[in-house]
Amino acid sequence: MATVEIPQDMELVYDYPESLAEVDTHYCPGCTHGTIHRLVAEVLDELDVRDRTIGIAPVGCSVLAYNYFDADFAEAAHGRAPAMATGIKRVSPDSVVFTYQGDGDLAAIGTAEIIHAANRGELITTIFVNNAIYGMTGGQMAPTTLPDQVTTSSPTGRDVQAAGHPIRMAELIGGLPGAAFVTRQAVFDVRGIRRTRRAIKTAFRAQLEGLGFAMVEVLSTCNTNWGMSPQEALDWAKEHMVAYFPLGDTRVSEGVHALMEG
Amino acid sequence: MAKELLEGNEAFAEAAVRAGLEAFFGYPITPQSEALEHLSRRLPELDRVFLQAESEVAAINMVYGAASAGVRVMTSSSSPGISLMQEGLSYIACSEVPVVLVNVMRGGPGLGNIQPAQGDYFQSVKMAGHGDFHMIVLAPANVQELIDDMVLAFELAERYRTITMVVADGSIGQMMEPAELPPMRPVRPPEERPDWALTGADDRDPNIITSLYLGAENLEEVNLRLQAKLQEIATNEVRWKEYDTEDADLLLVAFGTVGRICQSVVRDARDMGIKVGLLRPVTLWPFPNERIAELAGQVQGVLTVEMSAGQMVEDVRLAVEGRCPVTFYGRMGGVIPLADDILPELEKLAKMVNGGREAQ
Repeated sequence: MATVEIPQDMELVYDYPESLAEVDTHYCPGCTHGTIHRLVAEVLDELDVRDRTIGIAPVGCSVLAYNYFDADFAEAAHGRAPAMATGIKRVSPDSVVFTYQGDGDLAAIGTAEIIHAANRGELITTIFVNNAIYGMTGGQMAPTTLPDQVTTSSPTGRDVQAAGHPIRMAELIGGLPGAAFVTRQAVFDVRGIRRTRRAIKTAFRAQLEGLGFAMVEVLSTCNTNWGMSPQEALDWAKEHMVAYFPLGDTRVSEGVHALMEG
Repeated sequence: MAKELLEGNEAFAEAAVRAGLEAFFGYPITPQSEALEHLSRRLPELDRVFLQAESEVAAINMVYGAASAGVRVMTSSSSPGISLMQEGLSYIACSEVPVVLVNVMRGGPGLGNIQPAQGDYFQSVKMAGHGDFHMIVLAPANVQELIDDMVLAFELAERYRTITMVVADGSIGQMMEPAELPPMRPVRPPEERPDWALTGADDRDPNIITSLYLGAENLEEVNLRLQAKLQEIATNEVRWKEYDTEDADLLLVAFGTVGRICQSVVRDARDMGIKVGLLRPVTLWPFPNERIAELAGQVQGVLTVEMSAGQMVEDVRLAVEGRCPVTFYGRMGGVIPLADDILPELEKLAKMVNGGREAQ
């Protein structure tokens, strides 16, 4: 990174978060993973927990997330991150443990693990990145692929009669009493990014205060596999994804409500 | 500590507690659920971690997480449950975190039944999951050995940062016999967790536990390191027991419950004038190849007895390398071969190797 002297009459207002490793990522240009990684890192910095944080990377595009955070990390089997996080948190209750999972990982192969981790009220935080497609394997249909959306394994569009309907995970998990805070946000514009950051902070604070399981579903894009430019993808997501996956909180426990008010 | 009348499943669970077990994650399955039940009471009262998972898949990944955090952790299950854990075992093997698991084998394939069997030999020693790896596999033949193997299993798992599996069968898990538990050893304090463990990157570079190596050469390097470690284990950790082999003309090879039964067969056969000895593998992996090869040069024939269609017999044949005939007798589905079943097989072998003459 190039470094410049900051003039004495100026203040540095934007810098690399300490919790983010200063490395190039493998993400496609236009991908929103970079934005979401940064938000998580900013929150870890702000809460001053980087040195006791343990992240769990999924299988999917963010499989290499452990290279991009300056924190201890494990790389889980596909869908099993919540189980691995459970094992770590139970034996190291002072650690701050989070999973970072995509839609295939969390909403297909790992549904049992996420539902039971949430239902037990595991004191972990889950960042769920929903971009309605399998990115890493080349753009196949995901459990969250929209009706009629064309993918490499639904070439004529998702037929809900044959393939079922897209799963609304925030609503599903939000219905479980063990969950303390569940919300769906989107990173399609600056306002959404700021709201997502606030939600991620609340989700980590819920863990630090011992309030229960917390999950932030982040609507995201995959311009590469959607076959769009980054801006087209953001516009498409805003129009179509938000219509099916409404933004907002699906679970705010009393404890988390007090936290947000306080 | 004096001997007590102990049930196998409870005994291995309590032995693990006394060996410093810090956390257990498991899922109920017959015939080993008494172990999980025992730990559900015992671990919380000692302020240690017990959690009943939603599946064996989740249980092994909880174990993977806890092992990555550097604690002494285990799970136990029975055949169909171990199949579900195989994905996790492969990741654990590549990540080189120490894990202990117990398989109280039952009849298969499929749901099979809940009777004692040894049909998971191949699964235990040859195909514990995808990719190139082996677990250390210990095969006790009675409750005391089951207890002693738990203590050894943790030592081996941690010494080599590998998986150690103790394979018992339903009869060892369910039987009660007098045995002595080990003394209670203190659990390792959190500040003494290994330096590779996930404890938070406080004043050090981050630790990463992963099984992902995208470059072909990187992954080959990891595999070469794993293989070198397995070779070291194969050199140092082969264990077996022998009975009456010094003057034996024939050799029995059997493990676990049927290995114990074969001790009676040796006595009965010698009473009948057949000079037979027994080799009972204690580690199924690494397998006592060299000793079996030596004995194959001494005896005229080998009979392998298993509670399966014949799995370990393949390794026996590989060790014998044609030095003498190898025959097999096995029962399946939970039927335990008894001395009266095995003796005629031994007589057949004696006749065969003596060209039809009666054994001297």
